[in-house]
Amino acid sequence: MSRLSIEHISKWFGTNRVLHDISFSFQPGEVNMIIGPSGCGKTVLLKCIVGLVHPEEGKVYFGDLDFLQADVETRRTVLRNLGMLFQSSALFDSMTVGENVAFPLRVFTQYGEAEIQDRVSYCLERVGLAGVQRKYPAELSGGMKRRVGLARAIALNPHYLFCDEPNSGLDPLTARRIDALIQEITGEFHTTTVVVTHDLKSVLEMGQKILFLYEGKAEWQGEKKEMVDNLDALPLNLQAFLRASGLVQR
Amino acid sequence: MSLVIKGFEDFGRYLLLLRRSFVGLLRFRLYWQLWTHESIQIGRDSLFLVAIISFFVGAVTTVQTAYQIVSPFIPKSTIGAIVSTSAILELAPTITSLVLAGRIGSNIASQIGSMRVSEQIDALEVMGINSATYLLLPRLFGALVFFPVLVIYACFIVHIGGIVAGAFTGAVNPTQFAMGARSFFEGFQVTFMLIKAVTFGFIISTVSAYQGYYVKGGALEVGAASTRAVVISCLMILVADYVLAQLLL
Repeated sequence: MSRLSIEHISKWFGTNRVLHDISFSFQPGEVNMIIGPSGCGKTVLLKCIVGLVHPEEGKVYFGDLDFLQADVETRRTVLRNLGMLFQSSALFDSMTVGENVAFPLRVFTQYGEAEIQDRVSYCLERVGLAGVQRKYPAELSGGMKRRVGLARAIALNPHYLFCDEPNSGLDPLTARRIDALIQEITGEFHTTTVVVTHDLKSVLEMGQKILFLYEGKAEWQGEKKEMVDNLDALPLNLQAFLRASGLVQR
Repeated sequence: MSLVIKGFEDFGRYLLLLRRSFVGLLRFRLYWQLWTHESIQIGRDSLFLVAIISFFVGAVTTVQTAYQIVSPFIPKSTIGAIVSTSAILELAPTITSLVLAGRIGSNIASQIGSMRVSEQIDALEVMGINSATYLLLPRLFGALVFFPVLVIYACFIVHIGGIVAGAFTGAVNPTQFAMGARSFFEGFQVTFMLIKAVTFGFIISTVSAYQGYYVKGGALEVGAASTRAVVISCLMILVADYVLAQLLL
């Protein structure tokens, strides 16, 4: 299983400091959650981890590798072991669903066409979307797009899976289905999964280790059980966040 | 002052994007597919538009040249010579490129811009793919190969337009037109036309890709980037047109 940790991450946009000295060690092979209210810096932190945004300070370790200091080729090698599900799904609209899922396989593997098609079928079946290979992303619903995004993310058997607000904007039933899929895939592929969300239902359903951000600061981190069992011992902002959801006792 | 600094910043980022687009190449087969796709968009899909515009440019130039030549001492073949030389040196490469800046430039900027705002470029980067190479290189090579082809095609159609208009109005018959065109023809004019075509193709594809690549925001900004791509490409084409004429003629 794959170790992932961040140390003292700070990020500024101009004069606005959006992340303050954040350190966290993600639990390998489990679902780790970064939670917090909108605008607290969750997505920026996720983008810092995968290298889409460069933090001014701090380190990101994939295993023992200092990812941010590594040369471009080493970083690309790390990225090939990583799958990401974007909030907008980020499917390539000029490609069919099948081509989207096949894309990383065509770029990074030596598989023949038959093997690629087998793997595409397997990944799509795994997310419950067998038979939609020929459709274009524009023909799919929001929930289906997320599932195709997930199928593409797991196509290369990644060691790390990152999900940015995987169920935002979806109806509760579809949202739970996506959560269940992420949880199943984490178990099945033994990925170190990081999910950014403000949906407390997801946290309670699949979260194992949790990092709570508030105004760019890591206000609390620990196991889900600790959080749910000791509500009164939590920071006030986290208590308010949990209580506002109505899912935990007031 | 801040506009000048922003201009320099933009130019620097443009150069950095160009440099980035030549590193981290993936396997050839992938680029071949992308290049084929882009070439169809740039080449085949522009043929009709280029033909219509070139035909009328040739026709109008012939009629207007004939209108200005009033002296009976000037042979009618001069009309063919003027139209042909203008077509090769200026009309075919420049007018065609200005038209293509609108069609292809806006297309490239909006395609790449949409990919930026819908996180598709981020998805490429997270997969470990150099998005600059993946998005810019096939478009650049598509333009470098097919702009000269389109310009030669445009040049041919301008001549057809000129011959048809000359015959239709009685200003010059096809034989006189062809005689005039041949009498003033120099091989270097074609070389000059092709140099212009390659330069303009480079400008349109890279400027438009740059405008799309750095879009921030949503659909509104993609539209604005698309407009900016066309305006800047057109300006750059006219500047490059003058510089090339000054340097090479």
